[in-house]
Parts: sequence; C-alpha cells; structure tokens
Amino acid sequence: MESNSVLTIEDVNKTFGGLRALSDINLDIEEGKTHAIIGPNGAGKSTLLNVCIGRLAPDTGSVTFNGKNMVGLQPHEINHAGMVRVFQTPEIFPDLTLLQNVMIPALAKRDGMFCFNVFKDMRNQTDIRDEADHALEDVGLIKFRNNKADTISRGDKRRLELAMGLIQHPKLLLLDEPTAGMSRHDTNRTIELLQKIKERGMTKVIIEHDMHVVFSLADRISVLAQGEIIASGAPDEIRGNPIVKEAYLGGEEL
Amino acid sequence: MKKILSTQSNLNVMLIFSAVVLSAPLWLTPIGANYPDLLQKFAIFGVFAIGFNILFGLTGYLSFGHAAFLGIGSYSAVWSFKLLTMNVVPAIIFGVVLSGLFAAVIGFISLRRSGIYFSILTLAFAQMSYNLAYSVLTPITNGETGLQLTLHDPRVLDAAAAEQSGIPSTTLFGLSMSGYSGFYFCASILILAFFVSLKIFRSPFGVKLLAIKSNQTRMKYTGFNTRPYLLTAFIISGMYAGLAGTLMAVTDPLAGAERMQWTASGEVVLMTILGGTGTLIGPLLGVGIIKYFENIFSALNEQTLYVVFDFLPEFLQSFLVLITHPFVGEGWHLTLGALFMIVVIFLPGGVMEGINRLSGFVKRKYFSDDSGADSKAESRLQTSDAGGE
Repeated sequence: MESNSVLTIEDVNKTFGGLRALSDINLDIEEGKTHAIIGPNGAGKSTLLNVCIGRLAPDTGSVTFNGKNMVGLQPHEINHAGMVRVFQTPEIFPDLTLLQNVMIPALAKRDGMFCFNVFKDMRNQTDIRDEADHALEDVGLIKFRNNKADTISRGDKRRLELAMGLIQHPKLLLLDEPTAGMSRHDTNRTIELLQKIKERGMTKVIIEHDMHVVFSLADRISVLAQGEIIASGAPDEIRGNPIVKEAYLGGEEL
Repeated sequence: MKKILSTQSNLNVMLIFSAVVLSAPLWLTPIGANYPDLLQKFAIFGVFAIGFNILFGLTGYLSFGHAAFLGIGSYSAVWSFKLLTMNVVPAIIFGVVLSGLFAAVIGFISLRRSGIYFSILTLAFAQMSYNLAYSVLTPITNGETGLQLTLHDPRVLDAAAAEQSGIPSTTLFGLSMSGYSGFYFCASILILAFFVSLKIFRSPFGVKLLAIKSNQTRMKYTGFNTRPYLLTAFIISGMYAGLAGTLMAVTDPLAGAERMQWTASGEVVLMTILGGTGTLIGPLLGVGIIKYFENIFSALNEQTLYVVFDFLPEFLQSFLVLITHPFVGEGWHLTLGALFMIVVIFLPGGVMEGINRLSGFVKRKYFSDDSGADSKAESRLQTSDAGGE
C-alpha cells in the first residue's frame, strides 16, 4: 500500500491563533484512486488542501508527493511537480478569452516556469490551441471559446477552471467542491466528466458536500471533523459507520 | 481601427503603420503641425509611450518613475557625444543598455510590491534620480545647467576628422540629425519600436503578461514564476524609455535633470490612459493629442479666435471669444484636463474605445447583414489585442 501512494500526509498540525484547524492528520492517497474528503463546515477540509498546495505551511508534519517533500515549495514549483488544484471560487483569467484561459496552463506545461518567447506568434501555436479546443469540448464550453471569461455563468466558470486543470494532465488533481453552485444538470455532467477522467487513471482528491457526487465518484472516503480524521475507508464502510453518522451526518440515513 | 488591426497579419499592420508615420509631414500640414521639431517630439514620445504601455498595458503595473530612464538615456547619449563621437549609433546603444541596467535594479526592488506600493516605489526611485542628477552627481550631470557639448570635448573617435569651428551637430554616419532628416530617423526608430511591441503583444509571452494582469495568483498556481516575467517587462519598458531619452539628445544634444522629474513620468501615464491602455495604437494617439495641445493649441490667442468666429455677428463673436479664450493659449491645460476627464468617465478604454465603438456602430448601421451580435462579442474582447486566434 505504501508503495503506490502518490501523496502522503504525515502528522500534519496547523493552528490559527488558538484554533486547531488540523491535528495529527495522516493520509495516504493511492495512485489512480479518487479519494473524497468530507466533513461539516469548518472541519478543516480547505485548510488541508491549502497545506497540500503550498498556500499554507503546516506547523509540524510533512507532505510528500511523488517521493518529494512539498513543504516550503512555491506554488508554481508544486504545480510543476504534478499537483494541480481547482479552486472553490473560480480562479480564472476574467479579462482573457476562454480559449486563452485554457491555453495558458497548456503553455505552462510546455514552457516551464519562465520562458521569454516573444519571437513566436500566439496564432501559430496550433498544437497548444488544438489541445485547448479539445479541453473546452470536454467540458462543453467550446461554443464560448472566443468570449471573455467574465461573461460566462458561474457554473461555466467552474467547468472552465476544471478544463484549465485537466489540460496540464496532473498526476494528482485536487478538487475543492467541484459542483458547488451548479444546477442538477451541470452537476451530473461534471460527474460524468470526472468519471471519464478516472478511467484515464488520474488520481484525484475531492472535497465535496454533495453526497450524491461523493458516492458516485469516490473509491475511498475520509471524514474530517474538527480538524481530525475520524474515519477513513471504502464508501460502504463509511456509510455504515456509526461515529460518522453521529459526528457529521447527524444520524441522517444515507 | 484596432479591431481591424488585430485581424491583420504583422506585415500588413507594419506596412500601414509605416506609411502613416512616414507621411506624417503631409497629413499634419493642414492642422499646422508640420514642423520638424514637433514631428520629432511626436516620434520620440511615441517610443516612450509604446514602451510604457508594454509594462502598464500588459501587466497592469503602473510605474510613476519612467522619466528616470528617459534622463539616464539622455545623459548617456550626451556623454557619448562628448567623449566618443557625434555619431548617434553608439549613443543609442549606450543609452539603451544603461537604462536597461538601471531598470533591472529598480525593477528588482520595486516589483517586490504590487499596486499602489509599486507605483510609490518607482516614484521614489525617479525622484531620487532627479535629486541626485540635480545636486550630488553634478560632476556627471552638470547639475542645474544641464549637460552640454563644449568645444573642449575630446570626441576621440572624431579626432581624425578635420578641425571644426564651433560645436558639431549629431550625425548618422555623416547625415545631420536636425530638421527633417532628424524626424525621419526618429520615425524609423518609432516604426522599429512599434514592430517589437507588436511582436510582444502577439507572442505567448505577451499573453502570459496579460494573464498576470488579469489574475496573478492564478498564474502562480498554474505553474508560472511571475516575478521574472514582470521584471522582463519592466526592463524592456525601461529600455524603451532610455531609447526615447537618447533620441531627445540626438535631436537636441543637451540633458537636464528636469527630464527626470515626476511630471515627466506623469505625462506618459496620461498619454497612455488618454489613448487607450493595453492597445497597440492608443498610446500613440495619446501622444499625438497631448503634444498637439501643448504645442499648437497653446499658441492660439484671442486674435486667432476673433478670426475663427469672424463669420458671426459682432456681439455673438465677442461673446464666444469671451467664453472660449480661457481654454486656448495659456489655458490649454484647462482644455486638456476637461478632455481627459470626459475620456476617463465616458470611455474608460481611452480614445481607442471611442474609435472601436464608433466603428462598431457604423458597421451595425450600414453593414447590418454581417450580424450585429458578432461585432458585439468582438468588442467585448477588445481589452487585449493579443489573440489566441
């Protein structure tokens, strides 16, 4: 089990003032699996993602990705290590077109952290553009490809950001509530899309409130409550776990 | 116009641009702006504004200290004239390289902050340079008087040439850089500068700069190290300013500290915003408008106004002259200020936005068969000329 884990979180602690946001978190994300992290609001889910992606430094503990320690690295270095995050509030380039929005991460993949390519013409980057078109088609936004990104709806922005993450073919994709704020129809389309990616073997960590999404995608579920992992296991184990019902689901039947 | 531009190939854009710039003496004659001094100013400030726009228009970082590079360019050019030769080529090389080095240092420090703090840092650097040039560095800058050519300058490379009486003028391999030849030299540099700017705007590098302007945080999480991108843009833009500074010395070989004052930095900001930030042509329009006002509009006086309103009955004539005369002559700043306010309030995208709206309106009105929705979608994209397409 240790051998094929992509991301290993060991003994991570994080406090904000007096509040223990994360206490002694230990988590293994296995390659090719979809790992869901659920928990009530304020349980520390987003903090955990922020620690993984380098936005926050843990007080103690280590985050090992692909055999390398991630703590203290810059966000762009973590990206190039192969860990990509899709944010909860859409983080896109509002002044650029959808096509440019998706081409930028593809350029990051090709050009690296810095590349002074002023002698090339953006219009001749056909390989990158075809890739971007393909990614936009995947998320169903191809019809808006030449529109400015701040003109599309919030749900569309979230799918645009998903396309921006997917085009980099990350080893690990971190999704922060990928369907929050989406209509039922859009949610189902996103689930379909994520299932398709899963078939391609991409490892994912999903934070999600929508149990329908969690149980249709997750191979493993970890339950976070008040900064601690109170249960971790296959979906069926979690569904039947009395502690989880007590702490999170409030006794509600799943 | 820009919309038309953005769909054209580089070659077509450059052909149109060169034709317009080189024929400037012709089409500026009717509005009374065809004299070499002013034409040179248009071209030189055009280079300055194009360079400023590469930083401000693409990355959104507003520098209030670009005049420092203008001054550095001028001083190094004049020193080259004094010590080496009256040929302008070494002067330009020195000016551009030196201002690039200064830009690297100033940019490295200032870019640690963004937004208003960046602006203040650049302003502080420029004012420091101004005060240094004015006082402490007098041996290099000749302080208050300004750096000038003298009869005793060594000019080691020109020594072989025949003994001259008086101070020689600047040359390009023998071609004197005054009058119209001076303008055509500056115009050629302007065309070259515009071409480089066009390449940058349309390159992946330029689109990445636009993306930094749009959402820098996202850029970092997308895998880009944004600092070197910003520093590169800052250096390029500083070198443009240095180039403009050397051209000022080429057309008039003296350099004074007032060239580095904050008002000079502010002027290029106004030009860029007035014309249209982030567009290729906008800054040049801004330069044209401001320099025209400064040089032509300021020369109008009450007498000219009486001539203009001559066709009216006498009481109406004197009434209109009474109203309008505070806005011309000495009061040209008033007109410019009012124009600037109107543009910023109604056309946040500058004069270019006005032109785009107008051309969109004309298209819809007279060519309604090529669907209006299309041009609407296009005008929404206008903030960037850099196309993914």
